[in-house]
Amino acid sequence: MYSQFVDTGVERMRCAEELPELERAFQDKIDSDIKIEPKDWMPEAYRQTLVRQISQHAHSEIVGMLPEGNWLTRAPSLRRKLILLAKVQDEAGHGLYLYSAAETLGASREALIEALHAGKAKYSSIFNYPTLSWADVGAIGWLVDGAALINQIPLCRCSYGPYARAMVRICKEESFHQRQGYEIMLALCAGSAVQKRMAQDALDRWWWPSLMMFGPPDAESIHTQQAMRWKIKRHTNDELRQKFVDQSVPQADYLELTLPDPALKRNEQTGHYDFGAIDWSEFWSVLKGDGPCNRQRIATRRQAYDEGRWVREAALAYGAKQDRRRAEFS
Amino acid sequence: MQDWPLWEVFIRSRRGLAHKHVGSLHACDAPMALANARDIYTRRSEGVSIWVVRSTDIIASAPGDKPILFDPSEDKVYRHPTFYEIPDEVDNL
Repeated sequence: MYSQFVDTGVERMRCAEELPELERAFQDKIDSDIKIEPKDWMPEAYRQTLVRQISQHAHSEIVGMLPEGNWLTRAPSLRRKLILLAKVQDEAGHGLYLYSAAETLGASREALIEALHAGKAKYSSIFNYPTLSWADVGAIGWLVDGAALINQIPLCRCSYGPYARAMVRICKEESFHQRQGYEIMLALCAGSAVQKRMAQDALDRWWWPSLMMFGPPDAESIHTQQAMRWKIKRHTNDELRQKFVDQSVPQADYLELTLPDPALKRNEQTGHYDFGAIDWSEFWSVLKGDGPCNRQRIATRRQAYDEGRWVREAALAYGAKQDRRRAEFS
Repeated sequence: MQDWPLWEVFIRSRRGLAHKHVGSLHACDAPMALANARDIYTRRSEGVSIWVVRSTDIIASAPGDKPILFDPSEDKVYRHPTFYEIPDEVDNL
């Protein structure tokens, strides 16, 4: 989802007897729901997997500010503008909570950001789509933040303490994001025919990329099995995706909008909605850097980082000067 | 470029409660650490007071020392009031 494809570095699952003693004690802790904290011993693969997942998640929050930032100066009213500013500021905050959590595992903030800017680190595919109209801001809040919540609520129970705690704060804040988005859609759908068409158009463009946010089907994946045994991941991608579809259908119905999937149909036997095939070739191409806005997103991030460099250096020099002065006078 | 120094943030959520660790952040000096803590950790009136401490100034016990530090209190159950048997008829004890 915000981390759609995380390599655990594991090639096959080992049974309990095969684990070295330290690792077996570690797995026992996880099995009895004891949280792992920064200074505890942990297998290197667990640490690496978490750094990968948490940093992908952090990068997604930071890059995720860009599509919405596009509409900050063009929000249709002062009320909407204030709300959008607060939401974008929250995303920055979420990125910072997550970078901090990654740093408790020994990762350096600078190195993580460099990996993002060098195109080596992934972030969610969803933020590589353009925001063409104001209705996109509504669709993002409703669908993208809605999908994020479904993925993030189980992460609040993740085995790694700092990550779980960051997710608790994030989930509390994310609920407002989803609701403000749906409220924008409500307003547009109760408006003129043109506004309603705008809402439908945004839904048409954001629906499938939102479903892709949960990542490829993974029940069989070795990485999913390992991440689930470590209790980093609690559900498969498909379980979460189904939950999202089931919750979105009545919400779209209420707006009297049509989800762009002719195959979407309630399955009376399972009680869930069946839906059409997802175009995974699009997903992989966006994830590998060839989505509509990948290059623009990274270029914008780099520009902000490079143009802010002198400020960061000056602030650091000023801090060092103050430390020296304090040392001289004490 | 090197990372800015790391700070730990503690927030008192309301008067009468102790400050509680909420997370960390990077800042060049103390005023900036306070300002960043305010922006990052108290956007929804989560606090009435903030402490920031340089992470390098915190001395933490090692997880490996847990038995040495904390096991001795395991066998001192007489430190808890429930250790003592008092007849039900006796009040105010």
